[in-house]
Amino acid sequence: MIEALQYDFIQHALIAALFASIICGIMGTLAVVNRLVFLSGGIAHAAYGGIGLSIYMGWPFLFGTIGFAIATALIMASIAFHNKERSDAIIGVIWALGMACGIILVDQTPGYQVDLMSYLFGSILTVTKLDLIVMGVVTCFIIIVLRIFYHDFVAISYDEEFAKVRGINVNALYCVMIIMLALTIVLVIQVVGLILVIALLTIPAYIMEKYAKSLFQMMIGATILGCIFCVMGLILSYSYDISASASIILVASTFFFINMFI
Amino acid sequence: MRVNSKNILIQMKDVSFAYHKHAVLQDVCLNVFEKDYLAIIGPNGGGKTTLLKLILGLLKPDKGSIYVKGQTPQKASHFIGYVPQERYINRQFPISVLDIVLIGSLLPRKHIFSQRNRNKQKAQTILEQLRLSEYAHRNMRSLSGGQRQRVYIARALMTDPDILLLDEPTTGIDSKSQVEFYQLLEHLNNSLTIVMVSHDMTAISRHVKSVACVNRSVYYHDQSEISESTIQCMYPDEMTNECPIELIAHGMPHRVLKNHDH
Repeated sequence: MIEALQYDFIQHALIAALFASIICGIMGTLAVVNRLVFLSGGIAHAAYGGIGLSIYMGWPFLFGTIGFAIATALIMASIAFHNKERSDAIIGVIWALGMACGIILVDQTPGYQVDLMSYLFGSILTVTKLDLIVMGVVTCFIIIVLRIFYHDFVAISYDEEFAKVRGINVNALYCVMIIMLALTIVLVIQVVGLILVIALLTIPAYIMEKYAKSLFQMMIGATILGCIFCVMGLILSYSYDISASASIILVASTFFFINMFI
Repeated sequence: MRVNSKNILIQMKDVSFAYHKHAVLQDVCLNVFEKDYLAIIGPNGGGKTTLLKLILGLLKPDKGSIYVKGQTPQKASHFIGYVPQERYINRQFPISVLDIVLIGSLLPRKHIFSQRNRNKQKAQTILEQLRLSEYAHRNMRSLSGGQRQRVYIARALMTDPDILLLDEPTTGIDSKSQVEFYQLLEHLNNSLTIVMVSHDMTAISRHVKSVACVNRSVYYHDQSEISESTIQCMYPDEMTNECPIELIAHGMPHRVLKNHDH
């Protein structure tokens, strides 16, 4: 097992898993307490449109997808916000629309034989140095924003109306939160793929909600759990030669159900 | 403490408000005087919550004017301590009592030097006054309904308000805690003006000094008024002169208000 650590791709995978766990721990916590899990699913799947667009236009994957994901996330969030009782249907439609656009754009790209599976199910073992740098920058950005606005995020997550009465700019903070959520989702798509991103985003946070005394504790706890799930998943994947992302989610889901029954 | 009818704290003049062209409030005039203890009652959908949101500045009137201490509600929000309905709050949220009270001291703008330590001391003092100091570091989840309601009052008191605005504060609280809760409000009324929305007829405390019946229009009944039943305001279709609810309580006089046409 230890000899595996000498490979570059294993080292990259572990660093990527660490960054993914941190941003999932933070943003997953905010998504769970603000009931944005379904919206997160919508962002993840609609982001496939961004992947298709990047391939079609020949843009670098990360930048095209991030731009597209942020745009669709803000559109979904604002429509859902003004139409709360219909928000699930609207998110569902954009969810499917994004994926459909992605499939068509990939089809229309001449001579392109893309490995779709790597986007759907992640490619943690092929993460590059550039990917790691981008992940590191985004992780720092999210931590800094949280450091400045932590108490405001607590206030709007706990009781949005009261925060509004206190003069907090709730709409602006929501926008920032949605943008950070979209960034997180796109980066984590690389690790576990867009189908499984919801699990890594929500399972650690959901488990911690029961035990944490504050939002901060929930974020720290979810980050640690995320790391444990990723490392155990990678070990499982290496030992039995099975898909890394699926192994990570398998471990996470096992913990999820154990936690439910204790 | 008597109502000071010379000093108007909240002044609503010819206020109208409609949701999607459906008139909720029409030509409402209401003055709230200093040291008043006003109960706002009326049928569901009659506009009680809308009235409250207009006073808080969360909604803007289509017509008419609202002034809180001579200023627009948006500018005057720190004069009002708001205690919202609890049913919209995520009860699983991991947060300590102290942190909830501290939300009350959030300001729209960030200050370079955090006032957090000073605010913490203030929060502790307020919690002590409300006999909650032993719960300061407890999780909100572990408190009873009556205790949670006192925490929300503590949060509202953080801005040293002149007016305490409560939205159906006794919903879901057992009757013993309700009695304690009303004793607390009576005590607070010595230094504060209290405005309380209530849909529960039996929940109107005997310490209430005036009653406003809201059903698209607003009728204000002051202290001295005793004639017809408020029940007609609550149940306008059942024009009965008898009180359908028998109130049995020691030292609690049965209150009856003058008739009016809604």
